[in-house]
Amino acid sequence: MKEIVIKADKLTKKFGDFIATNQISFEVTQGEIFGFLGANGAGKTTAMRMLCGLSMPSSGSATIAGFDVYKQTEHIKQNIGYMSQKFSLYEDLTVKENIRFYAGIYGLSKPVIREKMNALLDKLQLRAEENSLVKSLPLGWKQKLAFSVAILHEPKIVFLDEPTGGVDPVTRREFWNLIYEAAEKGITVFVTTHYMDEAEYCNRISIMVDGKIEALDTPHNLKTNFNAASMDDVFLQLARGAKRTAD
Amino acid sequence: MEAIAVHKLVKTYGAKKETVKALNEISFSTQQGEMFGVIGPDGAGKTSLFRILTTMLLPDGGTATVDGFDVVKDMQQIRNRVGYMPGKFSLYQDLTVEENLEFFASIFNTSIAENYDLVKDIYVQIELFKNRRAGKLSGGMKQKLALCCALIHKPSVLFLDEPTTGVDVVSRKEFWEMLKGLKKQGISILVSTPYMDEAAMCDRVALMQSGRIMTIDTPQHVIEQFGKRLWAVRSGEMYRLLLDLKAYENTLSCHSFGEYHHLVLRNDTGSEAAVLHYLASKGHRQVEIKTASPNIEDCFMQLMNDNA
Repeated sequence: MKEIVIKADKLTKKFGDFIATNQISFEVTQGEIFGFLGANGAGKTTAMRMLCGLSMPSSGSATIAGFDVYKQTEHIKQNIGYMSQKFSLYEDLTVKENIRFYAGIYGLSKPVIREKMNALLDKLQLRAEENSLVKSLPLGWKQKLAFSVAILHEPKIVFLDEPTGGVDPVTRREFWNLIYEAAEKGITVFVTTHYMDEAEYCNRISIMVDGKIEALDTPHNLKTNFNAASMDDVFLQLARGAKRTAD
Repeated sequence: MEAIAVHKLVKTYGAKKETVKALNEISFSTQQGEMFGVIGPDGAGKTSLFRILTTMLLPDGGTATVDGFDVVKDMQQIRNRVGYMPGKFSLYQDLTVEENLEFFASIFNTSIAENYDLVKDIYVQIELFKNRRAGKLSGGMKQKLALCCALIHKPSVLFLDEPTTGVDVVSRKEFWEMLKGLKKQGISILVSTPYMDEAAMCDRVALMQSGRIMTIDTPQHVIEQFGKRLWAVRSGEMYRLLLDLKAYENTLSCHSFGEYHHLVLRNDTGSEAAVLHYLASKGHRQVEIKTASPNIEDCFMQLMNDNA
């Protein structure tokens, strides 16, 4: 049996009377690619912030890599990686400076940083651009670099918040190859996306509607259970029932 | 008459040393009442094109007309007759829904009442919140309000720059339904999107990449031009399957595609048995292989490959 690295039990977050995340429970095992889906405003971001140790839950419990989301948030932060489309790298630092900066923040030693930097620059074929400012790189390269930097310290779990928005279809797939590779190495991947074909690449997915997890299974089982031809259909069947309209 | 005519349009950014050609001599035209889609990823040049056509940006070469008016010389006429919804939400966040709509109507010397029939179907969906400030709306509602504001002066050509980016599948479907309704009213629409599946909703599409148009056609014709047999393959281990298929000597291209990998072979005779044999030798189990119909995304990737 594989180790459980994310465990949420009736995890809830209220803002005044508004229940953003309503008693969600699920488990994710080591090396799993877990897709976290939901319409805009369903409560995904709030849930993700709690799981990353950035927001205190109102009730319920959760552990991330064995650490408690109430009391051990600093331990959580050391054991996870995070990347979003909105925030990832410093645009006015070079490729090398970004790698060194993040590696330093996660406390890697200088020899380790040097070794990892070389391996990464070769792997992403960024040698020619190592001293270029990140803002001069094409979006697809930035995203691949941002992901690689987010897992440089070999975290147990990496959280990806809509990592592939806007990139071309080939780059999007290259990005997913990096995700697969990380999962093969045992890193658990927790990912949100609006692309339904990407939902199919996950081992299991959950779909949130109005703060609750309304479905959780493998893509194949979800399609069978909802008698749907595609994940698009499954999503539409669930999300059309949503009452909430606010983000 | 053509709604939009673009001829060898060029836009360059940056100083001498490092220039980027955002638009590299692109040409196309759209008919009145046509819904024309510009499909491409970030950096394709979509926004530069939209900004030039709405007279927000001057081109560095080539010509373009909107409703017969020149985008450089006839700036005022164009601004009077087009509606523009930029990719970034740009209404007044601290005005209410109703105030925003009134504001846009009044700067075009019209009123909400005068053109209400045009926005009615969309406005009723947000009317309940008409006293709410625009900044407090959800993504889907902001998008509906922005569309109303772009329509309230009854434009002859509507420019929508990535109206569905970052919006969930449900809101995206609703938005395209609204566009279909507008098309029926005879409005010419130029719409851009990074979502390849949305191409099917347009009369014709231009597939764009790195400042160039790779092809212009109806979505149906784009797909017919794929011209090769496409196989869908899956097995119990999808990532290893992808690596093995890419390494297969007869593989021309292989991409992940939802629950299958899409495979194009160099030589297609007796291929199915050969692929199965190869995968069995690699230890794959539960292998399924079948022919599949290509979609716009397959075509886009093929064109990217051809142009590389």
